[in-house]
Amino acid sequence: MPAKKVTFPHMGDYYYAFKPLAELIGEPMIAPPITKKTIELGFKYSPESVCIPFKYNLGNYIEALEAGADVLIQAGGGCRFGHYAETQEEILRKLGYKFEFSKLANDYGLVGFARDFKRINPETCYASIARGLALSLARIHCIDKIADKVRKNVGFEANNGEIEAIYQKFLKDIDKTHSVFGVFSLRNKYSKLIGAAKLDKPAHCLRVGIVGELYMLMEPFSNFYLEKKLAERNIEVHRHVTVSGILKEYFTGDFFIKQHVEESKPYLKHHLGSHGTESVACAHKMVKDGFDGIIHLKPFGCMPEISAISALNNISKNYKIPILYFSFDSQTSQAGIETRIEAFCDMLYMKKKARDTASTQAKLDKVATVK
Amino acid sequence: MRIGIPRALLFHKYGKLWESFFRELGMDVIVSPQTNKEIVARGVNYSIDESCLSVKIYMGHIDWLKDKVDYIFIPNIVCMQSEEELCVKFMALVDIVRNTFPEVKIIEYTVDALKHKTEAAGLIGAGIKITGNPVKSVKAYVKARAEYHKAQNEKLESQIIKLQKNKEMGRLSILVVSHPYTTYDNFLGTPIISYLEKLNADVIYSDRIESELAKKLSANISKTLYWSYHKELLGAVEYYKGKVDGIIFLTTFPCGPDSLVINLCQSRLENIPNIMITLDELESGVGLKTRLESFVDIINLKKKIKNNLKNAG
Repeated sequence: MPAKKVTFPHMGDYYYAFKPLAELIGEPMIAPPITKKTIELGFKYSPESVCIPFKYNLGNYIEALEAGADVLIQAGGGCRFGHYAETQEEILRKLGYKFEFSKLANDYGLVGFARDFKRINPETCYASIARGLALSLARIHCIDKIADKVRKNVGFEANNGEIEAIYQKFLKDIDKTHSVFGVFSLRNKYSKLIGAAKLDKPAHCLRVGIVGELYMLMEPFSNFYLEKKLAERNIEVHRHVTVSGILKEYFTGDFFIKQHVEESKPYLKHHLGSHGTESVACAHKMVKDGFDGIIHLKPFGCMPEISAISALNNISKNYKIPILYFSFDSQTSQAGIETRIEAFCDMLYMKKKARDTASTQAKLDKVATVK
Repeated sequence: MRIGIPRALLFHKYGKLWESFFRELGMDVIVSPQTNKEIVARGVNYSIDESCLSVKIYMGHIDWLKDKVDYIFIPNIVCMQSEEELCVKFMALVDIVRNTFPEVKIIEYTVDALKHKTEAAGLIGAGIKITGNPVKSVKAYVKARAEYHKAQNEKLESQIIKLQKNKEMGRLSILVVSHPYTTYDNFLGTPIISYLEKLNADVIYSDRIESELAKKLSANISKTLYWSYHKELLGAVEYYKGKVDGIIFLTTFPCGPDSLVINLCQSRLENIPNIMITLDELESGVGLKTRLESFVDIINLKKKIKNNLKNAG
């Protein structure tokens, strides 16, 4: 019997990290990359007012099934994400596809996850599942670490495209490395390589933090390559939400949520559900750190993030820091987004200029009074 | 001391409990009036534009109350039962109001089964905070709870009687599946229900079913569903689907959980006419009436054909 083809929806570069898991139950199959067509398919068959990540995922599944996938994997999480799998399975079955579905829903935990994998592939043993999981976690951790470094530096490289090339090479290498130790040494190697890349970075560059819903943040196609656009304008981009962060929260339970609520005081008193609290906490922290602006991303109708906006509005007002809100749905056009980013960046630069002149003026005045 | 309770969201479920609790404590309780166009307009004015209509209406009620009372009562319901969740708006409500109306003083109580915070402890705690008298608070809670139960049971019984009567008289009965805060809201559900009654159809309410039974039945449609209130809705669909002639799903725009659950439920329903009606603040009423009329017409037609076949056979 040929090996089953296992696939999962795209999200950023995490394909390389989830691959070892797919290898446990069969032959991993990369879903066709997200294109306009993927989204059109997703929108066509999804319930009308469901949030956008659902539609992207469904589009990925349909294209993968057309290309011959046998097993689909879907995770679970807070808010609506936990119920994605069931509705998606129903839709796909109604469309007439034949497949197995591994649903790693909310309450599964690690044991349920291992059991579900054994259900689909009885030949695999718990030891190899543990090994696959460890490798996958290591890859997630290292990809996040390197990507963070790339984000902060990519806008300022002296030789255009150098860091991006290093990053692509890193992804290729990590795909070939099958030991946890090897993955970590790769991280150290590439971390040094990026550190060695020649930079042309001003002392006080603009810094922008990105907060919001996790899929919109982590899948660059869905936010029209927002991070790249900012980097092109010589802006340092910070983003706290990563898969490793999410997993950390998942395994430590309430600890991080409490910390986030603490950080977002006095704007929040309670947890907002899903990642709403984190958005407020991160934004509050970055604003206090002296960031120049915040960009908030969410799919249309995302409840936790909408709740967060009421707090973010007050943060913006009290600290006088601009926050740009983006809400993505099927009608969102690339040109519209780009225009708004451009205007936002221009505004940030103007603000900075005004501030700089004011501070030099103040210095001059001080010198004058001393004399 | 005057306490204001907004007549929106969970008021339509637990209103009786809250109202009688604070009355027993000797408070001056002011419940905001039925939702009207003005309250909706106020709410829309104060909300993030993408909030669901139910939350917008809630904000309208808060705005109506805020100058008339000393405190506004807002529940903070996180989780009713372990392994279940609620729509996240219920846990964010206090913070949304705090950020939108910084001047409003809030009395809140938390229900979170995961942290062993029960409704009784929450309400009694709130009572002690206000009056400083634990005995009085416990007494008030016990009494309020009894009243709430009585009212709930009356509602249940009235529905059972109604169903039986309809069957005997051959009247059309239609199940309206929606959250109590949509069904009983004067701006959202009430116009629809009164219009259905005008069309000679009797309305069966989805919230009038024992919650435990409903949750058990909901497993027939979906096993992995984790929203408490949606479990009750699906259970009601399972329970009533053989007893009614048609089902109307009412939802406010853009309701998160509804978008997934109703789709799933509709695709698993067979042989029973059903429609989904999405309500927003721009609703004209005329379009709605046309849809309801044609829906009732279709059911009537179906019924007629069935009867004819029966007679002929």
